[in-house]
Amino acid sequence: MAAELGLAALWLAAALSVLQLIGGALAQRDTNSDLAKLVRPAAVMQGLLAGFAFLVLLYLFAVTDLSVKLVAANSHSDKPMIFKLAGAWGNHEGSMLLWITVMALAGGLIGFVERRLPEQTMQATLAAQAFVGLGFYAFLLLSSNPFERLPEPAMEGMGLNPLLQDIGLAFHPPTLYFGYVGLSVAFSFAVGALLTRQVNPDFARAMRPWVLGAWIFLTLGITAGSYWAYYELGWGGWWFWDPVENASLMPWLAATALLHSVSVLAARDALRTWTIMLGVVAFSMSMLGTFLVRSGILTSVHAFAADPERGTFILGLLILYIGGALLLFGLRASSISEGDRFSVTSREGALVFNNVMLSAILGIVLLGTLYPLLTEAFDVRVSVGPPYFNPVGAVFTIPMLMVMAVGPLLRWRQDSFTRVKWPIIISAVVMVAVLALVVILGSYSILADLGLAVAVALGIGSFMPLRGRNLLRVPIATWGMVVAHFGIAVALFGMASESAFSEEKLAAISVGESTQVGPWQVTLDAVEPVAGPNWTAIQANLGASYDGGTSIELTPQSRNFWAPPQETTESVLATRWNGQLYAVVGNEAGDGRWQLRLWWKPFVTLIWYGGILVALGGLLALIGRVKTDLKRRYVVKRAGDRRAEAAS
Amino acid sequence: MMRFILAILSAALIVMPASAQQTLPPAPLAYEQLSDPAQEEAAQALMETLRCLKCQSQSIADSDAPMAGDMRHQVRSRIAAGEEPEAIRAWLVERYGDYVSYAPTVSNTTWPLFAIPLLLLIVAGVIIRRRVGKRS
Repeated sequence: MAAELGLAALWLAAALSVLQLIGGALAQRDTNSDLAKLVRPAAVMQGLLAGFAFLVLLYLFAVTDLSVKLVAANSHSDKPMIFKLAGAWGNHEGSMLLWITVMALAGGLIGFVERRLPEQTMQATLAAQAFVGLGFYAFLLLSSNPFERLPEPAMEGMGLNPLLQDIGLAFHPPTLYFGYVGLSVAFSFAVGALLTRQVNPDFARAMRPWVLGAWIFLTLGITAGSYWAYYELGWGGWWFWDPVENASLMPWLAATALLHSVSVLAARDALRTWTIMLGVVAFSMSMLGTFLVRSGILTSVHAFAADPERGTFILGLLILYIGGALLLFGLRASSISEGDRFSVTSREGALVFNNVMLSAILGIVLLGTLYPLLTEAFDVRVSVGPPYFNPVGAVFTIPMLMVMAVGPLLRWRQDSFTRVKWPIIISAVVMVAVLALVVILGSYSILADLGLAVAVALGIGSFMPLRGRNLLRVPIATWGMVVAHFGIAVALFGMASESAFSEEKLAAISVGESTQVGPWQVTLDAVEPVAGPNWTAIQANLGASYDGGTSIELTPQSRNFWAPPQETTESVLATRWNGQLYAVVGNEAGDGRWQLRLWWKPFVTLIWYGGILVALGGLLALIGRVKTDLKRRYVVKRAGDRRAEAAS
Repeated sequence: MMRFILAILSAALIVMPASAQQTLPPAPLAYEQLSDPAQEEAAQALMETLRCLKCQSQSIADSDAPMAGDMRHQVRSRIAAGEEPEAIRAWLVERYGDYVSYAPTVSNTTWPLFAIPLLLLIVAGVIIRRRVGKRS
């Protein structure tokens, strides 16, 4: 019964989005027609219905209703409750339902609260939102129904991939989806503004919270995903330039560029067409990411061709939305004026530089991700990996980060380099000094050394905008920028340090013996079998002491899951302020010795602390912006009330 | 019911070859470092740029797959025997195709990978130059 209710709610939500689309389209002729007035209520109702459908799916997973195909294929009655719930979105159908739910809820929210823009623009925006949503409803209802029943209920579920039975990963995909969907709202705003030609600071202010929100979620999602790969895959790598990772990085790059250009538009009424264009690109990257991850094209182009239904559907949607938006952009862009002019040595100038560089990096990641797929279609298989992305990306990243260290010090509109002469000189001196220091310390990797130097200079530079100001009176949004920029420096320092100073030790030792990695002395105290709720494991009891200090106990495991059967390594981490010891236990070597893999990674945790700081900066900026907006709204309302009072 | 049994059976069939493989001990240098740190560093650098052919987007330096272990053994033993890293890469490419190397080299199938970033660099330069031009 529950499954049918969920399905019915989904169909109703789809029907309402048709209404929302038609109403919004008609509103372009007459914004006060009866249908046009229905647009906002339809958006709200659609959000509630989709939310209900998702709750139903959660319920089906919570009670492990094995008559539902999706539950039987992805869940198991023995699983802990949290992973039963996470199973609801840890699969194709469920994750698409999550996507559409978040999108509908976001549409409902803007329908409910957003009153700054002209009504016609809002109706066009909601129509665009409905148009995008409709494609996903069609996809879900026609080819990936999450509520499908089995002809006969299964005896037991098939279980969830053990690699995915991890608390970090349970929340990683929804976080990314919130980001993707936030960008769909930005896209709808951009299309709405293009349709009514209302590209102005008000539009930018309405769009900005969504871009910021999406960007915060993407930042957190990527950070969490990277940490998950780091401790779960058991080899100490934290970024693989894997197409799935790139699929989340590309929307982040586009959103970062959009975030900065939308701020220029809000503050200075410049970069109008560029902002619209980035709005379209950012959502295109989200769609492309979904396509890459969901179509199965990544395992092999040929696998995709063998079972093309889902992939083709998303590809069709991708072409429809992106092509449509670009066509609209092409038709309307010339009728939107460029906006205010500015000099190259100005805050806008620095932000344009940042935008161009981010776009170029995005272009390279896109190229490196898609190129192997393209050649594979012609039966030529090539691999594009870190040796390509790292140096080619750095050509654009390093100049961008250098400009980022001083850009925020420049004034809007017109400024001169001589005014910021000292910050530039200080940054340059710091860079050279750090570079010299790391070479003396014995790191000869060009990229890692440059990374460390830029990170320190940027870390200092990021606080310079606060110089000589009363810290209590600095706007929250400015604090947000400072914290986010500092976070980038911190993360970069972690990445570069990990790459320059990591030490690896592979050892085969018997119980009682010890080995050395970096400053750590690691002793194998015992090896014993242990059992969990749905796995058994071999566990090594290690004693690790840093630089002759007191020994701490570490217990890496090699686990065997039985539903579905799979072997995983559970690494353990010993975290100090200056880095992490990473330990993995492998197989027995045959002569009573056990394989240990150990790494000492100086300052590696800064990568993820940096990511969290960046997200925190975004959050501060969001709070600051929303607070200012609310104040502005209050002032406008007060003025209106007073005028009404005076009139009566 | 029938379907369920079939599913279990097919799952068991998929798993069996994997467990059969694990009964073979890994090659000696799959999980053992070379004693000379300089050689080990060279081997490590090379392994990080070679693709594990059985995995999805992992290098042989970060994979538990038996084949990755065999390839690590190959790389380490050849480095120990004094071969140049690039010669080993060439040998592997000859055996497994370009796919095995993560470091694309300029060839008639990969030139756009290098031409397009160059183009991007020029376009970025032109955009920024045009802004400078506008000021004067």
